[in-house]
Amino acid sequence: MENKTHYIVALVEDKPGVMQRVSGLLSRRNFNIKSISVGATEKLGISRITMTLKGQEEVLEQVIKQLNKLIEVVKVLGIEKDESVIRELVLIKVNTATVSARAEVVQYANIFRGRVVDVAKDSMVIEITGDESKINAFIELMRSYGIKEVARTGKTIMTRGKKIVSIKGK
Amino acid sequence: MKMSGARAIVSGLEKEGVEVIFGIPGGQSIPLYDALYDSSMNHILTRHEQGAAHAADGYARASGKVGVCSATSGPGATNLTTGIANAYMDSSPIVAITGQVPRASIGKDAFQETDIIGITMPVTKQSFQLRSVAEIPEVIKSSFYIAKTGRPGPVLIDIPKDIQEIEDEIDFNVKLELNGYKPTLRGHPRQIKEAAKLILEAERPVIIAGGGVIISEASEELMELARLIGAPVTTTLMGKGSFPEMDPLALGVLGMHGRKAANYAVTDSDVLISIGMRFSDRSTGAVSCFAPDAKIIHIDIDPAEIGKNVSVDIPVVGDAKTVLKELIRVLRKIMESEKSKVWQEKIKIWKKEFSPKMDYDDVPLKPHRVIKEIMDFLSEDDIVTTEVGQCQMWAHHYMGRSKPRSFISSGGLGTMGFGFPAAMGAKVAKPDVNVIDIAGDGSFLMNIQELATVVENNINVVVGVFDNHYLGMVRQWQELFYERRYSSVYLGNIPDFVKVAEAFGALGIRVEKPEEIKPALKEAFNAGKPVVLDFMIEHECNIFPMVPPGRCLKDIME
Repeated sequence: MENKTHYIVALVEDKPGVMQRVSGLLSRRNFNIKSISVGATEKLGISRITMTLKGQEEVLEQVIKQLNKLIEVVKVLGIEKDESVIRELVLIKVNTATVSARAEVVQYANIFRGRVVDVAKDSMVIEITGDESKINAFIELMRSYGIKEVARTGKTIMTRGKKIVSIKGK
Repeated sequence: MKMSGARAIVSGLEKEGVEVIFGIPGGQSIPLYDALYDSSMNHILTRHEQGAAHAADGYARASGKVGVCSATSGPGATNLTTGIANAYMDSSPIVAITGQVPRASIGKDAFQETDIIGITMPVTKQSFQLRSVAEIPEVIKSSFYIAKTGRPGPVLIDIPKDIQEIEDEIDFNVKLELNGYKPTLRGHPRQIKEAAKLILEAERPVIIAGGGVIISEASEELMELARLIGAPVTTTLMGKGSFPEMDPLALGVLGMHGRKAANYAVTDSDVLISIGMRFSDRSTGAVSCFAPDAKIIHIDIDPAEIGKNVSVDIPVVGDAKTVLKELIRVLRKIMESEKSKVWQEKIKIWKKEFSPKMDYDDVPLKPHRVIKEIMDFLSEDDIVTTEVGQCQMWAHHYMGRSKPRSFISSGGLGTMGFGFPAAMGAKVAKPDVNVIDIAGDGSFLMNIQELATVVENNINVVVGVFDNHYLGMVRQWQELFYERRYSSVYLGNIPDFVKVAEAFGALGIRVEKPEEIKPALKEAFNAGKPVVLDFMIEHECNIFPMVPPGRCLKDIME
């Protein structure tokens, strides 16, 4: 059976061991975690976990139900790619030993609406945000200069329009 | 009020109404045991932590209350693990308390340190490691609430030693805030209406009752529904006892070692009403040919069970009792005439045709005969526990039970060594009923050390060892599917169970002939001490009928 990419957003109580419970559950159900990111939300004590997973479509519903069973998980939602904004932040340290390389990298960064956040004698750090295709395209461009290091945050997702992933109450 | 963590834990347990704890103290739980010394709660010192966990489980299943077990850190905690996993698979409410190294030593690979929270994460409903004394009341209250509500299950509380010792202000007046935990009890009215409509159209309805019926105490409603719609009832291993097996509508047990009538009826049904069960492979056989013509109604409190193993037509998420009450009310409103009796007549013929033979006179004993004598001896309130393997399936298939909580067996995990400590827990919960563990010689040995516990505490259970000198179930599979290549299954005539019983201070009786069974049972249940009955049964007797693994429920070997 085919493995597809799936996106799940979970709102969880900010308590010890929650990430371990969530990630353990996913691997037990044979899902590969491609990326996972976590951060605070608009509500105190509630964190938001965004997961990008690879696994079978048929198992996705079961995974969402199992996640819902975790005591600290308050809300879980499978996200459709078409109805959401999916973004990722990447830091790329790239070789810029020559003057021309430096100029070109800065130019490319501008075209991709990236920012130079650090400059050293022979390298630069570029910060870029965007969807997967944009980031991949930029990384590909940088390869010819020599990439020293890439750090990606993993995807974070928000549904478009009226649909809201939030918790009622205080 | 200012008190030590240990005292706060003990007070918290007392406030939850805990009467008994099964456990073993150790280095990291000495302060807790010091506080227990002054408590009104009874502590039963088992001889192995696995015994403590199974005993708590048996106590929970016999009483419907939360069972409590306790162990120290490291090996004590890991020894509990099998018992916790067993309770998890069978949805049994237990709270396991473990000692832990002091907070400052956690992560240093200290003596007897182990990450028991991590180890038990996949087999607990929830777990807590205490980080402060002040949170003790809330953690204990949540633990018991989570263990016994919704789909019950084990909860673990890990308590670093320094938390047990430190004194702090304790306020037991806590309000639980579990935002992510709200079990659905009431079924959706529209789904119930749909279910009722489907039931009315059914010509060959069958009810499968699982452990959820027992947990939610819905046996009365189950009976009412069965009679109302004229549907025969089969039970899973966990549901055994939820419907009286002597009732004309009872099909007996379902599955790999189920009754023929049950397997046939489910396969031929047109509407299947599955209540509080999870379509385990041992119940369904090959899913591809499971009830091929049936529309399936699945009533379960756990939404994750809906559609997990078998796709269903009408799911109703909710508590079995609550949903059944509502379903019966809706049905009564729209039902006009009595259902046709054609289906019931067919069931009657199946049941008659396939009624099992049990009255063998052979020496060595046939297990069927032993089961029959035990069944005839027991009253309906008495409790049967089982180990796992052939002995379990003989009891499952042949021993009729008619009351909920009167048959306690390790279903999901299939834990050899469960039955004896579970019998101990059940007897502690229900001291006035007879409790017998149906054991094999292989499985009894796995927790035989608890003979010391039952003798010391006058917990007068009877262990009936179906002694065939083999790990019988594996031997049977090797005989049937591996050309009789008996690989590592011969146990021999070791030990002498009568002498072992006597060495522990229990009574041991060897039973070799059919006519000796009844007197032996009589002596055992009147002995005033724990008893081991060593039934010398035919060595290579198989448990039939049997649906080979991965085959359809109708493909029955016998």
